[in-house]
Amino acid sequence: MTIKKLMTALLASVALTTSAYAADLRIGLQEDPDALDTDQARTFVGRIVFESLCDKLVNITPELEFVPELATSWAWYNEGKTLTMQLRADATFHDGTPFDAAAVVANIERSKTLPESRRKSELSSVETVVATGPHEVTFNLSSPDATLIAQLSDRAGMMLSPTAAAAQGLELANNPVCSGPYKFVERIAQDRIVLEKFPGHYDAANYSFDRLIFLPIPDTTVRLANLRSGDLDMLERLAPSDVAAVKGDGSLQFSAATSLGYQGITVNVNNGARSETPFGKDKRVRQALSLAIDREVINQVVFEGVYAAGNQPFPPTSPWYDQTNPVQARDVEAAKALLKEAGLDGIKMEIQVANNPVQMQLMQVIQSMAAEAGIDISLQATEFATMLKEQSAGNYDATQVGWSGRTDPDGNIHSFMTCAGGLNDSKYCSEEVDALLNKARTSTDMAERKASYDAANAILREELPIIYLYHQTWLWAMSNKLKGFTAYPDGMIRLSGVTME
Amino acid sequence: MTAVVTTPARTSSRAWKKLRANKSALVGACIVAVFVVLALLAPMLPIADPTGTDWGAIRKAPSLKAWMGTDEIGRDVLARMIWGAQASLLAGVVSVLIAVVVGVPFGLVAGYFGGWTDSIISRCTEALLAMPFLILAIALAAFLGPSLTNAMIAIGLSAVPIFIRLTRGQVLAVKTEDYVEGARAIGLGHIRIMTRYILPNVFPPILVQATLTIATAIIAEASLSFLGLGQQPPAPSWGSMLNTAKNFLSQAPWMAIWPGAAIFLVVIGFNLMGDGLRDALDPREH
Amino acid sequence: MLAFILRRVLIAIPTLILVSIFVFGLQKLLPGDPILVMAGEDRDPAVIEFLREKYRMNDPIPMQYLYWAGDVLRGDLGISLRTNQPVTELIASKLPVTIQLAIMAMIFALLIGIPTGILSAVRKGTWVDWLANVVALSGLSIPNFWLGIMLILLVSVNLGWLPASGYESPWVDPVKSLTTMIMPAFVLGTGLAATLMRHTRSAMLGVLQADYVRTAEAKGLRRNTVILKHAFRNAVLPVITLSALLFGELLAGAVLTEQIFTIPGFGKLIVDAVFNRDYAVVQGVVLCTAIGFIGMNLLADVLYVLLNPKLRALS
Repeated sequence: MTIKKLMTALLASVALTTSAYAADLRIGLQEDPDALDTDQARTFVGRIVFESLCDKLVNITPELEFVPELATSWAWYNEGKTLTMQLRADATFHDGTPFDAAAVVANIERSKTLPESRRKSELSSVETVVATGPHEVTFNLSSPDATLIAQLSDRAGMMLSPTAAAAQGLELANNPVCSGPYKFVERIAQDRIVLEKFPGHYDAANYSFDRLIFLPIPDTTVRLANLRSGDLDMLERLAPSDVAAVKGDGSLQFSAATSLGYQGITVNVNNGARSETPFGKDKRVRQALSLAIDREVINQVVFEGVYAAGNQPFPPTSPWYDQTNPVQARDVEAAKALLKEAGLDGIKMEIQVANNPVQMQLMQVIQSMAAEAGIDISLQATEFATMLKEQSAGNYDATQVGWSGRTDPDGNIHSFMTCAGGLNDSKYCSEEVDALLNKARTSTDMAERKASYDAANAILREELPIIYLYHQTWLWAMSNKLKGFTAYPDGMIRLSGVTME
Repeated sequence: MTAVVTTPARTSSRAWKKLRANKSALVGACIVAVFVVLALLAPMLPIADPTGTDWGAIRKAPSLKAWMGTDEIGRDVLARMIWGAQASLLAGVVSVLIAVVVGVPFGLVAGYFGGWTDSIISRCTEALLAMPFLILAIALAAFLGPSLTNAMIAIGLSAVPIFIRLTRGQVLAVKTEDYVEGARAIGLGHIRIMTRYILPNVFPPILVQATLTIATAIIAEASLSFLGLGQQPPAPSWGSMLNTAKNFLSQAPWMAIWPGAAIFLVVIGFNLMGDGLRDALDPREH
Repeated sequence: MLAFILRRVLIAIPTLILVSIFVFGLQKLLPGDPILVMAGEDRDPAVIEFLREKYRMNDPIPMQYLYWAGDVLRGDLGISLRTNQPVTELIASKLPVTIQLAIMAMIFALLIGIPTGILSAVRKGTWVDWLANVVALSGLSIPNFWLGIMLILLVSVNLGWLPASGYESPWVDPVKSLTTMIMPAFVLGTGLAATLMRHTRSAMLGVLQADYVRTAEAKGLRRNTVILKHAFRNAVLPVITLSALLFGELLAGAVLTEQIFTIPGFGKLIVDAVFNRDYAVVQGVVLCTAIGFIGMNLLADVLYVLLNPKLRALS
């Protein structure tokens, strides 16, 4: 090739890329998503991609109210055991299949029956789903379920093309077909996921980008460097330590929302032989640890003050948070006194912690604080797969672990604190708490539910099977040219109305 | 590689002279010695507590008070560097000891007996060598669980095939030498021949390789710690310091600069020593 | 020659089988349960049990191995536990990335290593030689991942000259492909450049003292001509052989480099797979790497014979 030809080719390629850039939105993700099948998916980061790829039956507002998306309205009958939804008539799947009641039935059936489905427990109250009209579906429940609408505002309510699902089976994960504003183009594992605008979407006018490119970049420094250099237009989960840098950069802006989840220390109180320690058996020791921790200092030191200190399964921003019991101040003397009362001079314990620098930093701060109260913590960095196994097998003293959070409060507490709860690895069990949480689950009256949660949390604050520490804040950093972005507490990126200048 | 044909005594005295005359080997030895002394004296030096936190001094730049700055929870980086030297040096030496103790006997046996024993050992060695060293170490460390001891075992085991292959090759070259044949003729047992006549003569190249492998092992330990598979906090190691530091690159670059520079220096030291040893023990005169 | 290659390929087969057994055994020993992770935050017991059956985790480990080996012989390396993508597809999409990285690193290494090696041999004992040796030693001793971090800090974060991460295929955007790869290739190539420099130097020193070079010099040929025409040609052959041998090691060295620069290649694939306990991916990638490794060794041997006329006559 002559030099001239080469130059022409190079120039042409540069021109091509710059013209393509104008309508692309490049989003930096912290991890590579897992399977792109709403029924098989399990990661938080995957939901960010689904948000643009798939429409849900129900959407939420930043204030966590439920609003229509594919379902235009809904109503409860039969003492909360029947739910009827009216559906939009103008939605279409990316493969041309029209969206209708039959599609919803097929989707809910798939979520409930596909052996690989991770949605089963979310839809466990649903007995049957029937198309009661071309654009009306009726859910028949085995018992009243206050959480169902919230489930339908997440992956369980995301609609896949029934045609594609039937044709592709599990392969759908590699070529998902939904009805969202963007359709799937390609995925290169660990590199990128590309979506392009779906002109047939009923709300296409509100989506201004031609293509979305999601780029998993795990390293926070590198992710930010890419944003600064213009290789990214926005990123999710900015490191708190980088907030100051973003605020100081005239070409960037930043957005935040307190998450729905929590981080805490789960204590083995009743799960096998390793719970037979003063820490597991004597609530005073757990109270002592909780008192020895200065949650505000943690927030300042580890998270630059941008997260929220916590002492409950719900964040302080949640309507379910018990405002009458805010985070306790640190009290080392009280902690020592409690230990003495329990007949202990000091105590040693091992806490497992996820093998990443931020959680390690958090636990080293706690380790240092606890030492002042005579609590000697040794840290065991553990990879996630190992931690889960040890934790469910009861092979642990305590684990620093969190929960990504659910829109409905039930999702943050029921399976962790009820005797038979699927995620109750501390094996805490109290009839009273069970009764309160089960009652809260079936009631549709908010005041009544709140009273039940407050009562349950009062007991749990005393018993401390989980010592709540803090609530993460979702942080997004983006180019100043990006307009109209709204932060949601579920950490998703909703692009309706977002434009680039 | 050239066979070492001289008897051990003559090699070592001449080698010692050559080694002392080798300036770069001396420089290397000095660098290593400085780090060893620092590591050993760490408990006695007038430095801050390497695990002592200070919420008022989070990520402070180097100053008169903290010469190398402070880290993400207010600990003194200089103190952590000095204590971290213990972990890195220990990891380098112990993992190579493991590799030598396991690898050399296998290599001896394979080279000396030949035949089926050799075939089996050689095939296994080749299989292990076909897996990249670091990947093997990562997998082993992940299997054993994250800790400094486990990282040392993982690195040591991953380096075993290097020593098997080297020893075997050396033994093959030596075993047909006259003095070995002679020992066999007077009816000495296999074990005695191997330990008295073969091992001392294959030892010099193993020593050279071991010194150079310490350098590799130190980097490997840092790499594993960097991936979170090595030294566990609050105890410091250079690799784990780097692992944390990479999250604060732009805010606190000193957290990343010092540990990396220390690894670099100590590895240079061992490499210089290894090169010097190789020149000194090489029977060819330059 | 053909018989030689054939014999070597045959010898490689048991080695590969051993590799696969080692890896299989090793990862079955890895602690943790990937199925618990895969089951999602809700950890539905029915799903867990189903997945265990589906991925044959309830069978005895030797049986699991045989199933896997049977599939491999049929060209099926299984699917990723995490993303459901076929492992063969993953490998096919990652391999070109790592090969590009390795080739660029190799080019760097050759461009730096061989000229400095020659220079320092020709100027043996001068400050040029001393400097080249110090640089080479530094190249060998610097931890790759630290060099990578420092370059990101300096070049990307502070100066903003080159992107800190990413990958673009050269067929799609050659300019971007090059700019994203320059730093990682440099980082990966440093150690190799140092090795090549040292070998070139010692090979050159050997050749420069050889009779034919002295004769050429005695005949009054210009020194540069002698160096380039006679000495270089003879010295560089073993170095090229060595490069082929070291290419395999480059692939391995890519592990951390790719992790630092977030390059979606082989190294990142395998490290992430080990951490995610994505068994099928670990297994498939290590097997593939081993084949590559053995293949490069074979190539090095063949090259050595081909480039060495004396040996060629023998074979």
